[in-house]
Amino acid sequence: MPDKLLRLCHLDDLPTGSARGFDPYATGQDTMFIVRQAQSLRAYQNNCPHWPGSPMAWRKDAYLSPDGKHIVCSGHGAHFEIESGKCDSGPCLGQFLKPMNLQIEQDGNVYLLPE
Amino acid sequence: MNIIGPDALVFGVDNIKECEQYLQDYGLEAAGDGSFKALDGTSIIVKAKDDSSLPEALTSGNMLRKTIYGVADQATLDTIAENLSQDRDVKTLSDGSIESKDDMGFALGFQITVRHSLSMPAEAVNAPGAPPQRPVNVIAADPDGAPKPRSLSHVVYFVPDVARAEAFYVERLGFRCTDRFTDVGPFLRPAGTDDHHTLFMIQTPPFLQGCEHFTFHMGGPNEVMQAGTRFVEKGYESFWGPGRHIYGSNWFWYFNSPFGCHVEYDADMDLHDDTWVEREAPSNADTSQIFLFQHRDKWFPSGGPPDKS
Repeated sequence: MPDKLLRLCHLDDLPTGSARGFDPYATGQDTMFIVRQAQSLRAYQNNCPHWPGSPMAWRKDAYLSPDGKHIVCSGHGAHFEIESGKCDSGPCLGQFLKPMNLQIEQDGNVYLLPE
Repeated sequence: MNIIGPDALVFGVDNIKECEQYLQDYGLEAAGDGSFKALDGTSIIVKAKDDSSLPEALTSGNMLRKTIYGVADQATLDTIAENLSQDRDVKTLSDGSIESKDDMGFALGFQITVRHSLSMPAEAVNAPGAPPQRPVNVIAADPDGAPKPRSLSHVVYFVPDVARAEAFYVERLGFRCTDRFTDVGPFLRPAGTDDHHTLFMIQTPPFLQGCEHFTFHMGGPNEVMQAGTRFVEKGYESFWGPGRHIYGSNWFWYFNSPFGCHVEYDADMDLHDDTWVEREAPSNADTSQIFLFQHRDKWFPSGGPPDKS
């Protein structure tokens, strides 16, 4: 058990096709989010490369386009590929979301690995 | 030309329910037919993006479809129609309003204003040296207060050619520049209001053209803080603020939104008349705000050490 890591949630808390924000350091605002697709999880900083420091969701956990196929920054409409975090449309075209590393334990608990 | 300010902004969206919930949670009142009104009758109007009554969308895909200005009277409406008809299409709609476009392609409406005058006090402040604004035994802090947006304050556009965009509003519609951020854009005030600005424009690449944010005036800084805190507690994402701008002096708190733009609460904007001499500054963190705070969860640092159990 990685006791020095920060537990974020359990896999069961992340329905397939959903996104969820986390505030692992208790800043008062979600600083990262996870997108679940089938068995794969992708985690990124909640920080749009268009204007670093900008949170992306418009409401708690609202990081995805209505069709669920892209990550969207609600600030100015940038779209990002879920798998790579690459901006494929919008003001930061070609730039990447900053990935966060996760560890998923056998019991399904999801931990944030140190950067 | 007696243009008072924006009466309504019309958005074409593909997630109507979420947008409607957002505006109600922001504090506007549902008034039917996609209209969400502030206390003075100004509004945000939400339509499906393929609604046939909407002007065509900007090529950028921005969801703002129309800015409707309120004017003082029919004579003003006729003057605008005559002026704009010289070089562009001007339609008269069934409700008597007119519809055209600015030089950037933003659809504009003009109507005899629907905003009604409000008679309600501003936030009252007591300070040593000044007569009390709030008499004895009148309480200011109301944990259950639910301040409501009073009036549609201003809209901000991203524009691909800010000099040309400004010229249209100044030369054709009689707006005045109150202040300016160098190489960014002007704060513009129409003739029918004293507000520092009802329109601010920002130079950007063409693919960003659209609405950057809109905002409603609140009754004072306390209402900005209280409404913003309520909005955060409902799960909406703070983007910038609370803080206080320098040009316009307005208190601000910006949020992300499902409209593809930011949505602000503002209060206590400066008023100006035609004797005001425009200021200019480079735009940066120091020139755009006196101070900036960031929301955090409520806590209570008091008494003994926190209970560890």
